[in-house]
Amino acid sequence: MYLSTISRPKPAAGPGETGRRRRGAVSANVFALGTVSMVTDISSEMVTAILPLYLIIGLQLSPAAYGAVDGAYTGATVLLGLVGGYLADRVRRRKAVAGVGYGLSAVAKLGFLAAGGSVAAIGLAVTADRAGKGLRSAPRDALITLSTPPAQLGRAFGVHRTMDGVGAFIGPLVALAVLAVAGQQYDAVFVTSFCVAAFGVLILVLFVRDHRGPVPQAGSLSPRQAAGLLRIAGVRRAMIAAALLGLATIGDGFVYLLLRHRENMADVWFPLLAVGTSLSYLLLATPMGALADRVGRLPVTLGGYGALILVYLMLLGPVGGWPLVVAVLVLYGIFYAATNGVLMALAAPLMPERLRTTGLALVQTCQAVAYVGSSVFFGAAWQFWGPTAACVFAVLAGGVAIVATAILLFGINRPTATVEATS
Amino acid sequence: MSGPSGLSLRARGVIAGSAAALLAVVAVGYAVSARPGPSAPTGSSVVADATARDGGPRIQVLSNGVLSSVSLQDPGGPRNLTSQRCDRAFAAGDTIGCLRPVNPLGATRLVVLDRALRERRSIPLTGFPNRLRVSASGRMVAWTLFIDGHSYSSSGGGFSTRAGILDTRTGTLTESVEGFAATVNGRPYQAADMNVWGVTFADDDNRFYATMSSGGHRYLIEGDFAARTFKTVTDGVECPSLSPDGTRIAFKAAVGGDPARGWRLSVLDLATRATVALAESRSVDDQAIWLNEHTVAYGLQRSDGTNDVWAVPADGTGGPRRLVSGANSPSVDDPGL
Repeated sequence: MYLSTISRPKPAAGPGETGRRRRGAVSANVFALGTVSMVTDISSEMVTAILPLYLIIGLQLSPAAYGAVDGAYTGATVLLGLVGGYLADRVRRRKAVAGVGYGLSAVAKLGFLAAGGSVAAIGLAVTADRAGKGLRSAPRDALITLSTPPAQLGRAFGVHRTMDGVGAFIGPLVALAVLAVAGQQYDAVFVTSFCVAAFGVLILVLFVRDHRGPVPQAGSLSPRQAAGLLRIAGVRRAMIAAALLGLATIGDGFVYLLLRHRENMADVWFPLLAVGTSLSYLLLATPMGALADRVGRLPVTLGGYGALILVYLMLLGPVGGWPLVVAVLVLYGIFYAATNGVLMALAAPLMPERLRTTGLALVQTCQAVAYVGSSVFFGAAWQFWGPTAACVFAVLAGGVAIVATAILLFGINRPTATVEATS
Repeated sequence: MSGPSGLSLRARGVIAGSAAALLAVVAVGYAVSARPGPSAPTGSSVVADATARDGGPRIQVLSNGVLSSVSLQDPGGPRNLTSQRCDRAFAAGDTIGCLRPVNPLGATRLVVLDRALRERRSIPLTGFPNRLRVSASGRMVAWTLFIDGHSYSSSGGGFSTRAGILDTRTGTLTESVEGFAATVNGRPYQAADMNVWGVTFADDDNRFYATMSSGGHRYLIEGDFAARTFKTVTDGVECPSLSPDGTRIAFKAAVGGDPARGWRLSVLDLATRATVALAESRSVDDQAIWLNEHTVAYGLQRSDGTNDVWAVPADGTGGPRRLVSGANSPSVDDPGL
């Protein structure tokens, strides 16, 4: 549907180009990046879908060992995201760094194949996969911002996240198809996943344009200059807001468990909860991004938090049955659609262009670290005070996050706003 | 127009198209060649009765996922293979239970077979097979499934368990024991973080024991299937297995109360509450079975992923011995024989 825009000579469309007929159009580069993400997500969600079965049934790992593999090296991966961001800014090759990230994840799929039954080797493959994801996220988001006029950032991120979501949605289905063809042999899923991922890397190489911009003065950026980002008030505020967003998020697993518990639903329906959320997310990501461009990214982000609080409240409230399930899944999808890409669109214009990748990586890191902390806290709260109290905590955290984010980011939410004064 | 790589759009399209075709051929070719041949033995060469009694009591095991049996007296001897594939299996009385994963998204099937391996009942379930028990009479079947917290990005290994029970005589199906009225330390109890696993039945086909975790405790519970209730008996007991005489429970106890440090196989005397750690010092992550009143058996995984069935005296003396190589999910027909 965006084919006409691919062949557009200028990757970055000027504001004047977006006539009424071009309403849904994004730059060719954003479309190319979205395609890479979509293909890559098909590949990675294929593996994600079969990994529990592969580890527990195929390799007979106990859940404790599965947990160890699952939680492996998350912290290291988060740090690698920062390294990737800084590296991309320093060498001015965001495409190359993103490409290394995509490539590493592709190779990791073959790592699963080579690992056989060795838990350590599988842990290594999981780490490589996540390291690749850590490396590529910030350079990719920076490329999206550099390929898009500031006024259309919300839509660009929305389209990208929708394409990303489509890939995640069909990945598990592809895995099922491969298993059917291969007579339930897991290694066929790893090989197919590698082939799909390799195709994604090729699309990146062939169709994504780098934005190198002017070479930074006197060689390269120093870590000290990168640290100087923290002196920009807008960047600091975006980081704090991202951390609050992470703290207010209790995690999909908890939301679905609460829902299932409330509804006492048959186990057969349980996996469909995640499907429902991702469907609502991928359908809403683009409209939410476009809405953010029109009414402002801050109101849409705050609306996203609002939807999240409604999710928690509904899990506490009197409404039950299918209305509850549908409302929770739609609201949860709205929350993701209104905050995931929009937060990047909100934060990106606050960063100086030469340090944008590092800056976006900082924001993503804050969110990820806070999320890990909040899920640990929520799990403990549930354990010690029960699910109702834990839910009340989540509502309170969401409320604090809304108020604090509104205060922190008010006035710098306009799409045209640029870097705030350095202090 | 030239693109990022200096090639025209048409050239890039041709490269991408050819690469896609090539990669598709590789992927499909691999998948088709990976399809396993008819390796599982079928047909008349197979001894269909996994628990043929001509040579005395037998141990039913899974050999590489295939339902099979060996003589209890000569467990290293010839192995009878069947055409049934299971991930967990258990035989008792006239019933063989078999849990089979159906697809990687957590669909699983419980198949209840008779001695001649005819299917008596098949129940679709959700989750990954973990434990399976049949009561001594063959009437009751209980299973435990892991339900994935979905997606390996949600860290912390957020697995939850569900234990269900089927009464094969009445057809009564309980998908989750969590729905029973719970009493913890004498008080009615409700919690959302409740997980139940590892059911074991008493001789009356109604009372059962299991593990219930909540609020950081791993309680031994005693349940009443007909009354749909359970109450806690003691703490720190996982995967109980009731002895044939109903007086003792073999279980795994988390080392130092921390499952991450592994489990120690132990036996609890229900009357005196005395606990004895068995002579197996390796971490055992299984629900043990009783070979007889004096010996328990369990599956243990080697570092290369192969499983063996081991046995150890139930009184803490002696040492472990390997019972059946390359096998797991053991059950014995008639403990006490």
